[in-house]
Amino acid sequence: MSMNSVGRPTRPEAAAPAQAAGVPATLSGGRGLLQDEALIFELGGWEKTGVDLPNVDPDGLDLGDLVRTAPIGLPGLSEPEAMRHYVRLSQKNHAIDLALYPLGSCTMKHNPRLNEKMARLPGFSDIHPLQPQSTVQGALALMDRLAHWLKTLTGMPAVALSPKAGAHGELCGLLAIRAAHEAKGDARKRVLVPTSAHGTNPATAAFVGYAVEEIAQTEDGRVDLADLEAKLGPDVAAIMVTNPNTCGLFERDIVEIARLTHAAGAYFYCDGANFNAIVGRVRPADLGVDAMHINLHKTFSTPHGGGGPGAGPVVLSDALAPYAPTPWIVHGEDGFALVEAPEGPAERAFGRMSAFHGQMGMYVRALAYMMSHGADGLRQAAEDAVLNANYIKARLQDVMTPAFPEGPCMHEALFDDAWLDGTGVTTLDFAKAMIDEGFHPMTMYFPLVVHGAMLIEPTETEPKHELDRFCDTLRLLAEAAKAGDAERFKGAPFHAPLRRLDETLAARKPKLRWRPEAALAQAAE
Amino acid sequence: MRFTKDHEWVALDGDVATVGITAYAAEQLGDVVFVEVPEVGKVVKTGDGLAVVESVKAASDVYAPIAGEVVEANGALSDTPETVNHAPEGDGWFAKLKVADKAAVEALMDRDAYEAFLQTL
Amino acid sequence: MRYLPLTPADRAEMLGVVGVSSVDDLFRDVPQTARRDGTVDLPNHLGELEVEQELRALAGRNRAAGDGLFFCGAGAYRHHVPATVDHIIQRSEFLTSYTPYQPEIAQGTLQYLYEFQTQVAALTGMDVANASMYDGSTAAGEAVMMAHRVTKRPKAVLSGGLHPHYAETIKTLAHVAGVDIVRQPAAIDGEAAVVDALDADVACVVVQTPNVFGTATDVAKIAAAAQAAGALLIVVTTEVVSLGLLKSPGEMGADIVVAEGQSIGNGLNFGGPYVGLFAAREKFLRQMPGRLTGETVDADGRRGFVLTLSTREQHIRRDKATSNICTNSGLCALAFTIHMSLLGEAGLRKLAALNHQKARALRAELAAVPGVEVLTPRFFNEFAIRLPADAAEVVETLAGNGVLAGVPYSRLDPAAGLDDVLLVAATEMTPDNDIRFLPRALARVLGAKEQG
Repeated sequence: MSMNSVGRPTRPEAAAPAQAAGVPATLSGGRGLLQDEALIFELGGWEKTGVDLPNVDPDGLDLGDLVRTAPIGLPGLSEPEAMRHYVRLSQKNHAIDLALYPLGSCTMKHNPRLNEKMARLPGFSDIHPLQPQSTVQGALALMDRLAHWLKTLTGMPAVALSPKAGAHGELCGLLAIRAAHEAKGDARKRVLVPTSAHGTNPATAAFVGYAVEEIAQTEDGRVDLADLEAKLGPDVAAIMVTNPNTCGLFERDIVEIARLTHAAGAYFYCDGANFNAIVGRVRPADLGVDAMHINLHKTFSTPHGGGGPGAGPVVLSDALAPYAPTPWIVHGEDGFALVEAPEGPAERAFGRMSAFHGQMGMYVRALAYMMSHGADGLRQAAEDAVLNANYIKARLQDVMTPAFPEGPCMHEALFDDAWLDGTGVTTLDFAKAMIDEGFHPMTMYFPLVVHGAMLIEPTETEPKHELDRFCDTLRLLAEAAKAGDAERFKGAPFHAPLRRLDETLAARKPKLRWRPEAALAQAAE
Repeated sequence: MRFTKDHEWVALDGDVATVGITAYAAEQLGDVVFVEVPEVGKVVKTGDGLAVVESVKAASDVYAPIAGEVVEANGALSDTPETVNHAPEGDGWFAKLKVADKAAVEALMDRDAYEAFLQTL
Repeated sequence: MRYLPLTPADRAEMLGVVGVSSVDDLFRDVPQTARRDGTVDLPNHLGELEVEQELRALAGRNRAAGDGLFFCGAGAYRHHVPATVDHIIQRSEFLTSYTPYQPEIAQGTLQYLYEFQTQVAALTGMDVANASMYDGSTAAGEAVMMAHRVTKRPKAVLSGGLHPHYAETIKTLAHVAGVDIVRQPAAIDGEAAVVDALDADVACVVVQTPNVFGTATDVAKIAAAAQAAGALLIVVTTEVVSLGLLKSPGEMGADIVVAEGQSIGNGLNFGGPYVGLFAAREKFLRQMPGRLTGETVDADGRRGFVLTLSTREQHIRRDKATSNICTNSGLCALAFTIHMSLLGEAGLRKLAALNHQKARALRAELAAVPGVEVLTPRFFNEFAIRLPADAAEVVETLAGNGVLAGVPYSRLDPAAGLDDVLLVAATEMTPDNDIRFLPRALARVLGAKEQG
């Protein structure tokens, strides 16, 4: 069998009780400001509604037997109940507005509220995607300006704005690459991806119909050029390389990687998830990139929103631009126009990523951020992001083990778990203890090439005192682990809204929705 | 019982080989939460994907250690995947294969050789 | 710069701790040829006020739906969103959190996703729903890929009533997956025709109800025929409010249901971000794309929620994943679930009936306009009319008079030969006065055209 991951506990061990000796448990389950909160299905009434609507003539339906007769099963809440429900839930979440959220590769930076305000202007939020184009010239101008900024910052000649997330952008890039090969009658079969890549890279390549082959990594965390050269060949369609890579390192040989790739007739797809480390300082075009997605929710501060919506525009080289998906914007005689159908100038377009034109709400936010920072501020932001990460690496390298101690890192500092050897504490335990200290854990067990990986990305929006508080805390935790205080880690978190959850139970007996029968059965017990 | 370097075991009874994963593999995987067993009648070559075993954080392919035709699959694992953890080399078997080349089974590692192999990991 | 907390003194001190003399040393791995000294050729930073002024000017060059009369639909609908919704989704803990990978400190997100999944499953009449997709069209593409995985068959049949953008999105994915697409010619009331294309190679038939022309269809017979042929029935809905009034696709036998959820809780936003709903029968659970949230307990036995069945996903399965999707549409799903909780069953039914009634009133008014023919036999809140003129030209003329009269079908599918077809929608947002005014404005434009 293949074993592609290290097994780690996914159900809580028989842990020490969270209740400290002598401190009585509360009687209701509530804990101070932290309220216990039921599901809407347990709170709401089937008759209740929090929306007042005019009465409707019950005989005014003209749909015959298409009308639904059975109950749907949707509870309703009055407005005060709804407000309480969601405010109580919100208080069980960590947030970047609360404290450092150092998830490596995720770029949890401050989300300016100006962005939110601008996206809600009726001129952006209350316009229909299929209004006559003469009535949305401002929206098209905004998209065109965003495109101009993205092209200038990357040095690339074209951009497809419509992909709705980073992975969707990867899909767009690979579809363009496949279309370009097909246009040449060149059916290539393989895509090369480094072992350290995000899971979306191989998943995308496979989705687009390519066989995925891994490229080895060197001792110092970069693409192994010799292995790349050996694996490149006439059937390789593309390579997908993240730069800076998922180890937080700049691919020193990136120009050579591009040269070798092009010499083999393949395209260079760059995963731009880490563009925030170099924006304003390095243009991907100067590195030989053919396509790269840009996560607007990472580099350009649109909110992560608990997992979306994202946005993943893809910049394209001249070779790939003709195959970009519809729609795109052109400067017409009467202002801006959208090319929406695959005809005329768009006859080589590979297709369409989705209905309509992409994530307009995210375009407004990203452009508000870019204009706020400007060319000077974006460059400074990249430099501060890199400085903050190197500062963390410098302050922790004597108590934890950097995976790649030599040389600077970029925007994230990567540690392995060698320093935990013999402590009985794992990366997972350490992360859970961080929760008790008020910090969100770093990215764990990724990239896969580093044992027990801990990937810390502070971003540029952390002040020095917060970085110091974080480093001080991690040093104390590291010392506690080495001093044999395993209890602090094994049962952690003790102070979070919930303690460790039983993921094994969730996966073995999936309960993916509330059902009235389950509630009834529980009541009967 | 014979073993492979991919941590599968094979037990031959007449021309029917029972296949599962070793106790070592089961422990490495962590809590098994799902097993996809092959359909009866499926014909596999040595090294083909035979089953998929999943823990919460990993999905692993189980390869056919020997060529043959699936004559029985352990359907009970769909309700009780934890059996793979409790009895990997017993009730946690995945499939029974009708094999033509019994000598190929004999050529696999015996328990001592497998134990020695584990020491090298 | 207001988003950057480090001071020059901080930077100098930190560079000292790192042990380098300048920040350039930290970028030493960048190849010489790619190093740039100055800034890129873009404007420098601006204050909040200046940014706001520039962006307000751009916003001011758009005709917002609320600025005049508005009858557009065709996959994006203008509904009233309660103030509570936008307030809650802007709370820091929802807006600025990440995908809930650490469940101990993400129960807020996980619980609302569990509630969202339950609402979507109930609404569509299906067993299970995921934590959302990018939008309805990408969900439809993923549904076809899923049917291909389940049946291992090479063909998908798309109805003539499927939104053309959805058809193109599906086709784009299908092409690289080696799935042949049979797209039936545009038809106002032709969902049932998909059964004519059934054969042993068909993985799925994709129908839409209400379809792009507004026609509502009972898909029970299509479901039976598809399943008898070993194919799956995928039902698409772009106006999810309709499910407050119409039989659910699950009730009619659908295997997979995908919908655009924008209508509940989310604004028009010029087409995005929206929220895709994806629901299926339980037996296909392990072939579903996207995130799933499940119930479990913590170490103290308290109920909690986690992301589960992740082995289907890209971060574990990599090149064998069911999809490459990573992000869902979290905040839009939150807006959906808040709005749906406020509505409840009673509110949703009333909202749906109100929409239907508005559209019926509009139909009656438009049917009286000389030369106008109503094409859609049974509709929810949107229908197609045939004009004695080019619909796009009429719409453009009316837009000049402050009336966004609807979506010309040719905008969606220029090659269909339906240049005279206009799609018009009415919702609870459409005032009765506007419903009375549109026919008059339309008659004037058509009359002028006739004379001209």
